[in-house]
Amino acid sequence: MNWNQVWTVYGKELRDSLRDRRTLISTIVFPAVIMPALMFGFGFMSFKVVKSAQAEIPSVMILGHEKADTLRQAFEKSSRLKMVPPSDDYAQQISDKKLRAAVEIPDGFEAALEKGALSKVKIYTYSGEMKSGFAADEVDRVLRDYRETLVKDKLTARGLPGTFIRPFDIERQNVAPPEKVGGNVIGGVIPYLLIFLSFVGAMYPAIDLTAGEKERGTMETILCSPVGRMELVLGKFFTVLTASLFTVAISVISLGLSAFGVALTFANKTAEAAKAGAKVVGEVMPTISPLGVAGVLVMIIPLAILFAAIVFTTALFAKSHKEAQTYVSPFMLVIILPAVAAMLPGVELNAKLALIPILNVSLVSKEMVSGSFPLGLMALIFVSSCLYAAGALVAAVKMFNRESVLFRA
Amino acid sequence: MIEARNLSKTFPDKKGVIQAVSEVSFRVEPGQIYGLLGANGAGKTTALRMLATLLKPSSGSATVAGFDVVREPERVRAQVGFLAASTALYGRLTGREFIAYFGRLNGLSQAEIDMRTLRLVEELDMQEFIDRRIEKFSTGMKQRVSIARTLIHDPAVMIFDEPTLGLDVLAARTIVRFIRECRSRGKTVIYSTHVMSEVEKLCDIIGIVHGGKLLAEGTLAQLRARFNQTDMEEIFVSAVGGGSQLAAAGETRLPPKLPAGGSNSFS
Repeated sequence: MNWNQVWTVYGKELRDSLRDRRTLISTIVFPAVIMPALMFGFGFMSFKVVKSAQAEIPSVMILGHEKADTLRQAFEKSSRLKMVPPSDDYAQQISDKKLRAAVEIPDGFEAALEKGALSKVKIYTYSGEMKSGFAADEVDRVLRDYRETLVKDKLTARGLPGTFIRPFDIERQNVAPPEKVGGNVIGGVIPYLLIFLSFVGAMYPAIDLTAGEKERGTMETILCSPVGRMELVLGKFFTVLTASLFTVAISVISLGLSAFGVALTFANKTAEAAKAGAKVVGEVMPTISPLGVAGVLVMIIPLAILFAAIVFTTALFAKSHKEAQTYVSPFMLVIILPAVAAMLPGVELNAKLALIPILNVSLVSKEMVSGSFPLGLMALIFVSSCLYAAGALVAAVKMFNRESVLFRA
Repeated sequence: MIEARNLSKTFPDKKGVIQAVSEVSFRVEPGQIYGLLGANGAGKTTALRMLATLLKPSSGSATVAGFDVVREPERVRAQVGFLAASTALYGRLTGREFIAYFGRLNGLSQAEIDMRTLRLVEELDMQEFIDRRIEKFSTGMKQRVSIARTLIHDPAVMIFDEPTLGLDVLAARTIVRFIRECRSRGKTVIYSTHVMSEVEKLCDIIGIVHGGKLLAEGTLAQLRARFNQTDMEEIFVSAVGGGSQLAAAGETRLPPKLPAGGSNSFS
């Protein structure tokens, strides 16, 4: 192996790629823009949606309130509900989002209360709709309060203490670090994006350095120089790998900066949000473990090698940019599938899944950004990814030694 | 020196194999220009690509500057300057960077590259554009940079595959003059073309190829005597066996070649 030649090819290809506008866009501009767009876009959107949902005082209808005067009064006392006169098309109104919820009080409700018989109050909501959910929560709260008042009154009438019906309280306390909570929400998305971008970063240079070179007629020129085939492949391959890792690095820097920017932006708004009784910011913009992101970067290196080698080998087969893109594009889907599978709830990392390329890195990344580091599985994933990458690289070298590929008519 | 012994090349094809070059043997001495003359599809490019180690012979062997093309391809390439209509340049590099790249791949030091580039720039009159990007060059400029690329490592053997294809008269003359100069510098030159007049003007020995076979070989005088013709075109037609066969040659299926280069001639 003549490493001098490898670095000569590498240096030339790097310089060549840096002068190519399309390569610059795919490796630098695209990742630099997509991260802040994503963070700010999603951040602001969910912030706005939640805030406006909470700011709105939902309209609620009580069906059959003439049967329960005290309960109606309890509802009217709530400042966070707007009562509207009952009508028969309540279900339609809820569907049309004119009405957020409806409460149905059964016949003989007050009488049943007097007698101590069980009766059932129904809340109609539009499931999955946030504003309807908020309204139902408030209705629920009012009903519970009312029920508690009734119970308390009855206990007092019999000379019993409040603890008679409720001997103890239950409180849930979260011990997961904040990034664990955040990691689960957004943790699957960030590593997946990095994996995807490592592919995008490799794609264009790989095509340009193989099919592009054939298309421009420089392949024959370089092949008749004394450079060895192996040296030529490695020099080119390292260029593709550099582009891929560079894309990932740019994305992480951009991600860090935009997370910082989002945090600053939301810090000012937290006071208002807090006033509104919301802890929106924490839910929308969770913190991500920086150590986890570093771990993702380490895990992505063998994956980037694998991608670089696969795209390189595939594109080499093509005669032109266009043809190469046709062959390479389907790989995007291949990458999306395991990454999406990793985001599904309930898919958890184990030794078997640790051997599935892409999916393994996706899964372990999800773990890492949420602050847990399964060292044994991480090692297994790193080693297996390296093996896959080496296999793909060998295939690339083999491909480069085939006349039928290099001189394909 | 170049020596080909029973050199053959077959390409796989859907219907079997194509015999692109069949049992070709010849010898070129230093200071000699050997011209391979043949119609499109005769096997010229395949033969020269085997000599330049771009393709591996299916059978037979060849040595170039004393090195075997199969066993020591890298050393062969270090001794060869290869110029074809299809050897394009890297558009995003400057002329100087392009020449230096090939100098480095040939193992030259930076000092050697600088020195030789300086001389080549002067000889080929490239001062004005050598530091500009190649993509902006005219055909003539590109050609001069290509010539400099083949000479940067001062190879003993020059292989030209239809170098004048698609060039205008003036550009073609530059190439022809350059090939002559290679001979006077004592290099071994092999050259393929389908242009009869170039062969007459340039070549010390002419080999007529057709259907992958070397049908006739000799100096111009020898060929004239053998075929009893003075005109090169007549000699060629007699050698390949008459006009009807020559027409059929145009329909020969083309073996694989580089897609680019704008050349529709398989030689």
